[in-house]
Amino acid sequence: MSRWNLSWRLLPLLAVMMLVLTGCAQDPYLSALDPKGPVASAQLSLIMLSLYIMIGVFVVVMVIYVYVLFRFRKRPGQTGIPEQVEGNHKLEIIWTVIPLILLAVLAVPTVSLTFDLAEKHSTEEALQVKVTAHQFWWEFEYPDLEISAGQDLYIPTGQKIQFQVTAKDVMHAIWIPALGGKIDTNPGMTNNMWLQADKPGTYKGKCAELCGPSHALMDFKVIALEPAEFDKWVNNMKATATKTVPASAQAGQEVFNQSCIGCHAVDATKGVKVPDIAPNLAGFADRTVLAGFIEHNNENLAQWIKNPQSLKPGNLMPAFEGKLDEQQINDLVEYMNTLTLE
Amino acid sequence: MATHAHPKRTGLWDWLTTVDHKKIGILYLIAGGFFFLIGGLEALLMRIQLMYPNQEIFVGGSFNQLLTMHGTTMIFLAAMPIIFALMNAIVPLQIGARDVAFPFLNSLGFWLFFLGGLLLNLSWFLGGAPDAGWTAYLPLSGKNYSGMGVDFYVLGLQIAGIGTWIGGINFLVTIINMRAPGLTFMRLPMFTWSVFVTSALILFAFPAITVSLVLLMFDRLFGGAFFEPALGGNIVIWQHLFWVFGHPEVYILILPAFGVISEVIATFSKKRIFGYSAMVFATVLIGFLGFMVWVHHMFTVGLGPVANSLFSIATMLIAVPTGIKIFNWLFTMWGGQIRFTAANLWAVGFLPTFVIGGMTGVMLSVPPADYQFHDSYFVVAHFHYTIVGGMVFALFAGLHYWWPKMFGKILNETLGKIGFWFFFIGFHLTFFPQHFLGLMGMPRRVFTFLPNQGLELGNFISTIGAFSMTIGTLVFLYNVIVTATRGEKASNDPWDARTLEWTISSPAPEYNFAQTPLVRGLDAFWVEKMAGKKKMTPAEPLGEIHMPSPSILPFIMSLGLFIAGFGFMHHAYLIVIIGLGTTVVCMFLRSIYDDPGYHVHPDEEEVKA
Ligand code: HEM
Ligand SMILES: [Cu+2]
Repeated sequence: MSRWNLSWRLLPLLAVMMLVLTGCAQDPYLSALDPKGPVASAQLSLIMLSLYIMIGVFVVVMVIYVYVLFRFRKRPGQTGIPEQVEGNHKLEIIWTVIPLILLAVLAVPTVSLTFDLAEKHSTEEALQVKVTAHQFWWEFEYPDLEISAGQDLYIPTGQKIQFQVTAKDVMHAIWIPALGGKIDTNPGMTNNMWLQADKPGTYKGKCAELCGPSHALMDFKVIALEPAEFDKWVNNMKATATKTVPASAQAGQEVFNQSCIGCHAVDATKGVKVPDIAPNLAGFADRTVLAGFIEHNNENLAQWIKNPQSLKPGNLMPAFEGKLDEQQINDLVEYMNTLTLE
Repeated sequence: MATHAHPKRTGLWDWLTTVDHKKIGILYLIAGGFFFLIGGLEALLMRIQLMYPNQEIFVGGSFNQLLTMHGTTMIFLAAMPIIFALMNAIVPLQIGARDVAFPFLNSLGFWLFFLGGLLLNLSWFLGGAPDAGWTAYLPLSGKNYSGMGVDFYVLGLQIAGIGTWIGGINFLVTIINMRAPGLTFMRLPMFTWSVFVTSALILFAFPAITVSLVLLMFDRLFGGAFFEPALGGNIVIWQHLFWVFGHPEVYILILPAFGVISEVIATFSKKRIFGYSAMVFATVLIGFLGFMVWVHHMFTVGLGPVANSLFSIATMLIAVPTGIKIFNWLFTMWGGQIRFTAANLWAVGFLPTFVIGGMTGVMLSVPPADYQFHDSYFVVAHFHYTIVGGMVFALFAGLHYWWPKMFGKILNETLGKIGFWFFFIGFHLTFFPQHFLGLMGMPRRVFTFLPNQGLELGNFISTIGAFSMTIGTLVFLYNVIVTATRGEKASNDPWDARTLEWTISSPAPEYNFAQTPLVRGLDAFWVEKMAGKKKMTPAEPLGEIHMPSPSILPFIMSLGLFIAGFGFMHHAYLIVIIGLGTTVVCMFLRSIYDDPGYHVHPDEEEVKA
């Protein structure tokens, strides 16, 4: 009998674990269980529908299972031979037909939402954003606004965002769980997906397709702003084309123009045309993290410039340790800190 | 009747040359068990790296190698071979045959699998293991983005795959042609039925992986551009080809598991299987539908709502025959006398676990929901519930059940139960929290995660569970050793079972059946027992038995391909020619020399007993 006691002890343990995991622990800006927009909400309600149906089936199975295991275990001294039942047509029809009905109940909203989510919205209906995934960073281009940004995706709230996604090198997948599911970014092809954020906030984005050594580190931020704030951001981004640099940062700018500008633009209006081999750094100083996930401070920035491999294995930025001296790196850091959007 | 000398071989030479299905079964078990331990070690190392956030034990590329080799090893080199071990050990006995249809091919299949798997694993020492995931999606697995490891993947799996394919054909022919008199298809034991359907799936699915691997090999080694977007290639083609193989592959794994569960539950409930014809029908239907659903692995690739909807509904349909099986198992136990032996404990543990795996499977078949689940830890949880909680549990059930028939000794029951509980509890601790980790935003195939994103607790519990499963596995190994050294000698029929394999001695004699038995119904042995008999009615007079000769050629042929594999990888064409040449010469020798085999006399004592 002791084995049954054990499994009974296991069940409440699992239930508690479930509560702990879903309740207090989840990150509301990351979790798909706490949707922040209509797409994620619709997806969660389908998940719940399928889960309820499945739990219903599971309960039926478990009730029979537990009953059978207790009732029909062989008792000491029991002899005789149980009746060799061949089957039972009535029962067998029941457990064929009921699942079919349950599946039909699930299939109808499934197909309808599948088509809704595949809809492609025009410029009038939605803000267009072109996403290009790279090993291991993200490029966001706003064709109608003629700006582009690296790593941080700014969007207005309460408005559909129509993404056209592709990749430069290998496959990646763009996933912002709190706003909705993912879609693959395939080199040589373009995929479409739409999402919407209802409330302002900084949502966490992830790469969801194995893309090389730093796949785990290919995070990005989705910053949803009230529409007026968003417009301000757009104007600030456009202003980076004509931004001047304070005198204190000019030494750093010179280093930047010699060593970095071959890959990185700092002008958001250029990103569209400049070679897309590295993220556009317009507004860099406002970013909360470096390279998608590293705490943004001067030491980490200097370390990144010296040896990016040590922080993000396999990334394609060259190391500048040995090529630039301490002074030049400090100047660079100073200059980078002026790349704000005011 | 020309009688040839009975070739007595011993030791290593015997194992290298054997064509006896029982010995080949043991070879498969040893090799598959060895790879299972390697794959398990790789899993444990990954779980250690993921125990806490931001750890730096296996970072980036090294984690990806562990990940890829774990998946590839477990699927191709551990799960498949252990299934083949049971197929070989049991199917000929269950159908009253003296061996498989093509004993020589059987040995060839084993050696190809083994040397292919060895080739793949040598990558660890020769420039790094493959690192593009077991699915080897392009362009990541192409020559621009990954190193030599993927060459080992392509060539190792190609060689091992040919072995599996040959094995599948062999079992199809065996089951069609070599059934004992009276053993019609609708009297076949469920395990044999499931092996039959699995073999058919192997026959049709493996050519797809063969083709994909050839195309990838051309791209990587000979400058092809099938998957090179810049040159007009298409990367999605790889995914279609891979999953046209890959989805049936998971049914290739799970159907024999279903077969094992049917046998074990029926025996230990002392009842015939409930709804036999429905079970057969469901098995065939699952096998058929298995070919119709591969796109559910590709819902996020961007194939459009029509494709996604159609494949979604096809996938949901599989739940129906699967549900039929679950209920039939429950009702097999209903009204029975259930004995909780170690074997049955694994089978009984299988039921709820596999039901959970099936439930999450239905949830994954909903494309908009899958956009959230896909490539997240939810998927990792789902497929481990089906593969480990389903197939591996069933394999343990089958091993405990048939161990006496394979080795003549009964595994220690107490140790068997202790191992079960460590593994069962560890399994749920490891994989249950992963459902939530996935929904809480943890992508799969990541080597680390950040603190303060709500992912710490789940990952920690998961790693603790992995340790518990490791203990369970070690207890099983210990049990094997204890049993081998001082286990209890098994009788012919230690479980009071129902099918033909239990009518002969444990382990079975070289020729299996001294006289081919006459089958008079489903559960042939049970039918005789109910008629008050202790043994089967023979269908032929006692006489000399013809046996195939052992041969070293299968081993050498496989070695030739193994050598050629290295040659291809390094563009060393002389080595390719030597390797392929060896194989071709062996094929030639095999064709021109007639193998007359030899004859044995059944042991008179045993026949009388
Ligand atoms: C025995 C205990 C096992 C543990 C602790 C374990 C653990 C893991 C872990 C940590 C991963 C990586 C997940 C990720 O990062 O995406 C993984 C992946 C995988 N496992 Fe297991 N696993 C176990 C057994 C098995 C078995 C028995 C099989 C198959 C027969 C299997 C098949 C796979 C596959 C196919 C993958 C995916 C590999 C890939 O993404 O390329 N696992 N497992
Ligand atoms: Cu990526």
